[in-house]
Amino acid sequence: MASNTIAGTGEKQQTLLGADELILNMGPQHPSTHGVLRVKLKLDGERVIGSECLIGYLHRGVEKIAENRTYQQFAPYVDRMDYVAAVSNGLGYCEAVEKLLMVEAPPRARVIRTILTELQRIASHLLWLGTHALDIGALTPLFYCFREREEILKIFEKYCGARLTTHAFRIGGLQYEAHDTLEKDVERFCKAFEPRIKDYEDLLTQNRIWLGRTKGVGILQAADAIALGATGPVLRASGVKWDIRKAMPYAAYDQYKFEIPVGATGDTYDRYMVRMEEMRQSRLICLQAIENIPAGPIMAKVGKVLKPPPGEVYHSIEAPKGELGYYVISDGTVQPYRVRIRPPSFVNLQSFDHMVKGHLVADVVAIIGTLDIVLGEVDR
Amino acid sequence: MADEPKEQQPSGVPAGDKPAGSSAPTSTPPAKAPAAAPPAAAPPKPAAPPPPKPPVQLQTPLNNELVGRVRAKFAAALLEAIEDRKQAILTVECGRLAEVAQYLRDEEKFDLLSDLTAVDWPRREKRFDVVLNLYSFAKNERLRVKARAGDGEQVPSVAGVWPTANWLEREAFDMFGIIFAGHPNLTRILLPDEWQGYPLRKDYDIIEQDTSWVKENLGIESGQ
Amino acid sequence: MQEVTQATMEFMKQYWAPLVCGLAIVAVLPLIVGYVVLVERKIMADMQARLGPMRVGPHGLLQPIADAVKLLIKEDIIPDDADKLVFWLAPVLSVGAALLAMAGLAIGPAFQIAQDINVGILFVVGVSAMGIFGIVLGGWASNSHYSLMGALRSSAQLVSYETAAGMALVCGLLFAGTLNVTSIVEAQRNQGIWFGLLAPVALFTYLVASIAETNRAPFDLPEAESELVAGYMTEFSGFRWSLYFLAEYTNMIVVASVATTLFLGGWLRPFSETRWLNFIDFFPPLLTAVIGVYCLMRTPKQPARVQQLFMLAVAGLCFAVAAVLASPVLVPIAKPSLAAAVRPFYAGIHGGFWFIFKVSAYIYFFMWLRFTLPRYRFDQLMRLGWHFLIPLSIINVLLIGIAMIVGVYYHLNGWRLLLATLPASIMALIIALFILALDQKGEAQKAPSRAPDSYA
Repeated sequence: MASNTIAGTGEKQQTLLGADELILNMGPQHPSTHGVLRVKLKLDGERVIGSECLIGYLHRGVEKIAENRTYQQFAPYVDRMDYVAAVSNGLGYCEAVEKLLMVEAPPRARVIRTILTELQRIASHLLWLGTHALDIGALTPLFYCFREREEILKIFEKYCGARLTTHAFRIGGLQYEAHDTLEKDVERFCKAFEPRIKDYEDLLTQNRIWLGRTKGVGILQAADAIALGATGPVLRASGVKWDIRKAMPYAAYDQYKFEIPVGATGDTYDRYMVRMEEMRQSRLICLQAIENIPAGPIMAKVGKVLKPPPGEVYHSIEAPKGELGYYVISDGTVQPYRVRIRPPSFVNLQSFDHMVKGHLVADVVAIIGTLDIVLGEVDR
Repeated sequence: MADEPKEQQPSGVPAGDKPAGSSAPTSTPPAKAPAAAPPAAAPPKPAAPPPPKPPVQLQTPLNNELVGRVRAKFAAALLEAIEDRKQAILTVECGRLAEVAQYLRDEEKFDLLSDLTAVDWPRREKRFDVVLNLYSFAKNERLRVKARAGDGEQVPSVAGVWPTANWLEREAFDMFGIIFAGHPNLTRILLPDEWQGYPLRKDYDIIEQDTSWVKENLGIESGQ
Repeated sequence: MQEVTQATMEFMKQYWAPLVCGLAIVAVLPLIVGYVVLVERKIMADMQARLGPMRVGPHGLLQPIADAVKLLIKEDIIPDDADKLVFWLAPVLSVGAALLAMAGLAIGPAFQIAQDINVGILFVVGVSAMGIFGIVLGGWASNSHYSLMGALRSSAQLVSYETAAGMALVCGLLFAGTLNVTSIVEAQRNQGIWFGLLAPVALFTYLVASIAETNRAPFDLPEAESELVAGYMTEFSGFRWSLYFLAEYTNMIVVASVATTLFLGGWLRPFSETRWLNFIDFFPPLLTAVIGVYCLMRTPKQPARVQQLFMLAVAGLCFAVAAVLASPVLVPIAKPSLAAAVRPFYAGIHGGFWFIFKVSAYIYFFMWLRFTLPRYRFDQLMRLGWHFLIPLSIINVLLIGIAMIVGVYYHLNGWRLLLATLPASIMALIIALFILALDQKGEAQKAPSRAPDSYA
């Protein structure tokens, strides 16, 4: 690509003082592009008149790797996509392959999966909150968020020995039985977490500067959000009440009561509020789930060698960032013929150009933060 | 899997001949299957009755109201309508993909393009499947639309129908080299602009690519 | 012979004493700044539920020295496309201006480098504003977009907020009737009340404006890390970067000192003229003694022998300071005949303590805000400056002026002057709220005008 053009913004635009536009290259090494996102901004003074995301710096060819691994061998790779929500990634993949095999994980496995996935959602949202607040200049929430996230990671560590890229689930169920203190740990975390959310909200929700920085910034109307394929909290903040956990329940979500928070205007503040409320709802799901974990096996009867009958399946789950879809095609061998991963971050990032136009440079980082992207997933 | 030894099965072909050894048929079909299958007029379910154990017909022809409407509208352009594991799949003529897409979005309310991707079947005459995964908020159901395209054949872009297809089509172009006609900015997205070849094609040799890249950029014989 | 000695003494008094003071400031200030940074990191850690630097020295007490050494031995990088001369000059300019501004400040009745400048405050404010040249030139010379934008923001910010700060200072100067730093403090002693109490709105305006001027959060846009990487300092590293850093913290000390001098009674003890409150004089030695006791208590908990010794030394230092602070208070009680002789020491030592104490409190407030608040956006910052602070400060000057006329008319002074200024301040406050409400209404009307655009 020629260095000084931005796709879709035309040749020359009218600037305020008739001066030349400034092309500002943000990233791939920049404190607030959340990894290796590179954004080319066309600026009139500080106002953004055009932008282009350049991605791929973290491309590892995950989909190609999948074609050269067996079904089980590929499972740990998906953890490396959205590495702050590895459990959710694993859940999506395992369920997709289970669907391809036409088996179903036993109830006990499904409930434990639900608990861990919801904890992962809280952890992912906490990381988002901390970094988002940091981008907007509030230093302190980051450390509070990491304090709580640490508790969740400790639970993961107790369960499966890993903290970040957990590979917690197996195709057909769970590898490990839940450790003895799982319920107690989760309950303790949930009890402590309630007042902590209030702490974050005290710091931010009513703060005039926070309101000024987030209200009316990066507005995404519902129609635009759908057209741009945005899913997850980004879509819900625009007022579309769609959550795959409710619409097409998977794991054990159909057993629990929870609300789907939606926003009204689709601005950064709404997305903030939606995610805050989602954390509360996830906490409620965890509390409901630990009350009654059914006894029974944790693995369905799947062979040591998985050879799904030929065919294809698309399965998607509500990952913390949005719809995480797996489109898996089997040709009857032990290796998937094709694994297509529908990454929520990648698709959500696409609305960036639309949201950022007309805003200031400072809003660019707010909008990158509010999209909650993870470059491991964008680039795969 | 650079050169596939077995004959590939286009997914549309019934595969009733060889699910024998697999563990699948006896276990119950997914009870919580997504509501992907259109609710009305579902054909007889595969593997539904537990007692008999016939070879399972996983891909069955689909013939519900939606298919009927699409067939009425596009007639011969609808090449095939099947159901695989309760997920509806339509295969349409490549040249009319954008039209069908427009119809599905406007009339059938499939307003979210969840995913757009491609699959390579090198043994087939038209080697690529362009696969669209659609979702309808109103009906809460999914639909998969496929179009078969040959190498170098132009596929009409659906970026005008769903703007989200912009990047997804770029990715498909990046990975498969499928040309989308009418796309606003069809350039590589994940790989560098000067990348040679299309990695997700089945005949793409990773080792060779790696070696040549290493030779060119690092000046050593092999990175392996 | 005696005349020669006399003349030498005169010369020394006139030139050498200030020179020694100046050298002391230049030599000690980097160390002080280093420890201010350490304190900031400790406070930040405390507010963020963590420990902060703990490795270098007990409780990280040697961290500033380690940092300084690290900065000094870092590679000195000058970008290829940079304007070398300006790149070299800019940090020096910044730090020079900041240090020069220190010269006009009086830390105690006697500790002042440039004594008796009749435009004292004006000199300090003017010279410290020169530091912006360093920032603008540095941003321009590095030939980087981020640096340039940081520099632009910084200059725009300074221009906007210097006005408000100046107007706030005018309020204090109205009461003082002089620009001379020493005389301003003397005026507060004579009035028996700090000007900050007489003009709280002016103090508030100056507080906000001074945060903006020193580029501190929530107004730290010129170096907004998440937006501009490091703003004007992006391309600077090692020693040059540390010069900018030194300038920034020195500027903080300067604005805090100005506020202390003008609004918070300079080196005066609280209620310095109220005899029966003289027991406050025991506060400084007690405070340092308590810190010493705390250090002593922590000593056995230190992991290494060296650290224990170090902690002991710190405790000893605290006790020594406490003894020094206590002596001017205790000696007159023990030996009333020495009271007159000790008096100047009292003024110097306790004055220094109170001055530093107030400056520290002011800077603590800066830090507190930094860890609590998100950052303003540039347009919001400008709107706050031009739509709120400047009108408010101008109106406040008017009201305070009127209050002073009223005060003269009714012969009010000292605490009784509050009778006139308090209504003025309340009125200013009401007007401030009114301006805010008006601004918000205007904002609400403007909001929906965002033009819809097609998908890029």
